[in-house]
Amino acid sequence: MSTAAPLLELEGITKRFGDLVANDSLSMSVGRGEVVAMLGENGAGKSTLMKIIYGLVRPDAGVIRMEGRTLNIRSPRDAMAAGIGMVTQEFSLVETMTVRENVALSGVGLGRIDARQHRARVEQAMERIGVDLQPERLVSTLSIGERQRVEIVKALFHDCRVLILDEPTAVLTPQDVRALFVTIERLRTSGLGVLFVSHKLREVAEISHRVVVLRRGTLVGERVTQEVGDAELAALMMGSTTASTTTTTDTDTAAAAVGLSVPATNRDASSPASPDPGARVPALSLTDVTYEVRGHPVLDGVSLQVMPGEIVGVAGISGNGQTELTGVLAGTLAASRGRVEVAGQDITRSGVGARLQAGLGRLTEDRRGSVIPQLSVEQNLVLEDLPAFTRRGVLDGAAIRRHAEELIERFDIRATPTDVIANLSGGNMQKVLLARTLARRPRALVAAQPTRGLDVGAYRYVHGRLEDLKARDGGVLVISEDLDELRSLCDRIVVLFRGRITAEVAPAEATSDRLGRMMAGEVSA
Amino acid sequence: MMRLVLRGSEPRWVAPVAVLVAVLATVVLTAIPIRIAGANPPAAFERYLVQPLSSPQGIYEVLLSATPLLFTGIAVAIAFRAGYWNIGAEGQFLMGAVLTTWLALTLPDLPAVAALPFGLVAGAVGGAGWALLPAWLKRHGRIDEVVTTLLLNPVALLVVQGLLNGPWRNTASGFTDSDRFGTGYDLPEIVPGTRVHWGFAVALLIIALTWFVLSRTAVGLHVRATGAAPDAAAFSGVPVDRLRFRAALVSGGIAGLGGASQVMGVQHQLTQGISNNYGYTGIIVATLGGLTALGVVLVAGLLGDITVGAESVSLVLQVPTQLGDMFGALLMLTVLSALSWRRYRVQWRPPRRAAEDSEREEVGHR
Repeated sequence: MSTAAPLLELEGITKRFGDLVANDSLSMSVGRGEVVAMLGENGAGKSTLMKIIYGLVRPDAGVIRMEGRTLNIRSPRDAMAAGIGMVTQEFSLVETMTVRENVALSGVGLGRIDARQHRARVEQAMERIGVDLQPERLVSTLSIGERQRVEIVKALFHDCRVLILDEPTAVLTPQDVRALFVTIERLRTSGLGVLFVSHKLREVAEISHRVVVLRRGTLVGERVTQEVGDAELAALMMGSTTASTTTTTDTDTAAAAVGLSVPATNRDASSPASPDPGARVPALSLTDVTYEVRGHPVLDGVSLQVMPGEIVGVAGISGNGQTELTGVLAGTLAASRGRVEVAGQDITRSGVGARLQAGLGRLTEDRRGSVIPQLSVEQNLVLEDLPAFTRRGVLDGAAIRRHAEELIERFDIRATPTDVIANLSGGNMQKVLLARTLARRPRALVAAQPTRGLDVGAYRYVHGRLEDLKARDGGVLVISEDLDELRSLCDRIVVLFRGRITAEVAPAEATSDRLGRMMAGEVSA
Repeated sequence: MMRLVLRGSEPRWVAPVAVLVAVLATVVLTAIPIRIAGANPPAAFERYLVQPLSSPQGIYEVLLSATPLLFTGIAVAIAFRAGYWNIGAEGQFLMGAVLTTWLALTLPDLPAVAALPFGLVAGAVGGAGWALLPAWLKRHGRIDEVVTTLLLNPVALLVVQGLLNGPWRNTASGFTDSDRFGTGYDLPEIVPGTRVHWGFAVALLIIALTWFVLSRTAVGLHVRATGAAPDAAAFSGVPVDRLRFRAALVSGGIAGLGGASQVMGVQHQLTQGISNNYGYTGIIVATLGGLTALGVVLVAGLLGDITVGAESVSLVLQVPTQLGDMFGALLMLTVLSALSWRRYRVQWRPPRRAAEDSEREEVGHR
C-alpha cells in the first residue's frame, strides 16, 4: 500500500445478472488531478460499473475505496456524501425552473432557501469551473451543452472530489465538446479526479492521461494515453488481443467505428468513380426547399441533388435545420416553398404513402418514434405496406410471417416475429427499421443519424447496408453529426448552417478542423 | 419496506392473477357495507352472483340487462383503441333513442320489415350525429374530446326531458313518457316467452365484427397503431386524424344503436330514465374488458348478472339496490389498481435486502 492512496479505487468489482457477467473482477483507480478515460463498446459493462460507483446497483463482490477508506455506497446520496459526482447521459433537470433552482433542488431537504446566498454560491461554483451562465435563466431556454454544464455544476455543488462523466460528448456539438474539455481541464488542475466514459477514441486521446478498456465486463487493457496508438486501443475494444493480429482493413473499420478517420487513399480506392450528373435523373433532388416557422425560415432555399449510386452527407451542428430537413423529406413536415423529387417524381406535397410509392426510404433520428412500441416485430415490419399483405380485405398472416422471417434472417435481427418491438435493443430496432425501409428497394434513402447510439457491430452493419444500397444504384442522403461517419461513408459532404447549405467538400479534404469551421459558419474554410 | 419496481417483461400469469385478486378484494370491501346494512355477506353474494344464473329465466334477465352495456362497452372500446377518449356514450345512447323515437312517432304504422331496420339505423345516425361535433372539433380545432363529449351528455338528457315535457308528452296519460311505438317497431324476442330481444344478437354481431376488423384487417392494425403511438403511426403513413374521426363516429353510432335497441326492445317508448347511466357504465365495461371484444362481453355479462342480482337482494335481504352499483364501481377501482402489476411489481423486503434485489430489475428492463 502506497502512502498516497488514490482518490477513487475499485477492487475486484463483480456483478452478475443471471448468466450475464456484467462486471468481472474489475480493478481500477483514479488519482488526484488525473483524467482517466474508460473505453468500451455499448454493452461492455461501463454503465453497470457507473451505476455501482453511484450506488444504483450493488456489486456481488468487490470494494470501493475513497482515499483508502472503504465505502459502503447504497444510494446516490451515499455516493455524493463520499465526494463522488456523476453526470449521466440523460439529464435530470426541471425545465420550468431556473438554473439556480435546479442546482438548489439537488441539495436541499425541507425548509427555507436563502435565495441570495444560494445564488452567490451557484455563481461561485460556475466561476470555479469556467461556466458562464445566468443563474436566473430558465433551463428550458438552454441548449443541450448548457444543460450539461448545469449538471456539472450540480454535481460539483456537493463537496465533489471525483467527477464521473458518462458519455458526455454523445449529445454535444464540436464547439460544446471544446468547452467541456476546457472545463475538465480546470477541474483537473484544481485537484479533482475525473473518470471520462466514452467510446470515441479521439476524445479519449485528447483529454485523458490514462485509458482503461472494457470488453464484455472485463478490463482488457490499461494504457498511458500518450504511449498508446489509436489502432491498438480500437483493437482492444473490438476484441483482438493485440493490434498486430488484426488485418489493416479490420482495424480501419474498427477505427472508423470508434471515431477515427479512415485514411483517404484507402477510401478512394474502394469507392467507384462518381456518376456523371448530366446523364441521369437524380435519385433525390431538392430545389429551393424552404421551411418556415412563424415566418422565419428554418430551412432556407436548400438545393441539393443525390445521384443514383451516390451517398451525400449533410454535416452541421444540431439545430441548424437537420431535423426539419428530415421531416420535410420524410413527409412529417410540409415545406413552405420549393420542390422535392424522388427519381424525377415531384413529392413535395405528397403524403407518406405516395412518397414510399415514389421510391423514398426513410430512417429518422427518432428511432423509437418510428415504431409502434406495443405492436410486434412483424406488424411493424409490414405497417407501411399493408395492401401488399391483404387478401380479400383480410390480413394474410402467413405471408406476413414469411416476410418477417425472411427479413429477420437477411438483416440479422435478434428477435422473433412476434416479439413486442419495445423490448428490442436500439441496434435491433434500427435493423428492423432498416429492413422495413430497404425491403421496398428504395431509389432514394434519407438516413438521419443512422448509427447514433449503436455499438460497433451494429454501426458497421448499418454502414454496410447503406453501401449495398449505393452499389445497387440507390441514392443515399446521410444527415449526421458524426463527422467520422460522414467521412467514411459519403462521396460528398455538404454543410448545413442556419438552414442553408453553405459549403460542399470531398470527404478526403474534410478534416475535422475544416468541417468544424464550416459548421460554425465560415463559408470559405 | 415496500417498493414498486418496473417490470422488465410481463409474465403471462400476471393479468389473470391481478384480476382474481381484485375480485376477491372487491368481495371483501363490499362485505363491509352489506354487513352494515344488516345482511349476511355470503348470502348476499350468493344472490348477487350465483342466483341469477341458476335458472333459465334468470339467465335471460341477465342477458337483457347486459344488452345495453354490450353496445356502450364496445362503442367506448373502439374509440379508446383509436386513442379517441369518447366519454360521451351516454349522450350518444340517448340521442340514438331520440332519433328512433322521432321515426316511430312520425311513421307509427310502418310494418316491421321496414320499421326494424330503419329504427335501428335512425338510432345509429342519432348517436353518430351527437358524436360528430366533438369529433369535428377535435380534428380541426384540436379541442379536447374528453371535455366536449362529456359535457354533451347532460345536454342530451335535457333534450330528452325537453321533448318529453313538450311535444312528445304522452297523449293518453299526460305523463312525461312518449306514446307507445307502433308494434312494427317492437324488436322480437329471441326466445319466445322471455324478454331477451334481437338487440342482444345485434350487439353480439357488432362485437364479433369489431373483433374481426381490429385483429384481422389492415384498418384494424392502423387503428391499433393510431391508439398506441399516433406520431409513429403518422410517420408510417397512417391517416391518424381521419381514422380517429371515423372511430369517433362509429363509436357514437354503436352507442346510438344501443339506445335504439333499448327503446325498441325493452321500453317501446322514450322515457326519461331510458339510459340508466349505460353510457358511463360502458366506460367501466370497456376498461375492465381491456378494450377487447371478449373482455367487453365478459364484463357486460358480469355487470348484468350483478344488476339482476341486486334487485333480488334488495327485495329479499332489504338492502339498498345501490349496493349493486357499488360493487361495479369498486371492481373498477380494484382492477385498475391491480393491473398496475402488469407494469410494476411490489417488493416487500427488509430494507437492506431490498436495495440489493432492485438491481436485477434494473437490467431486466433494459
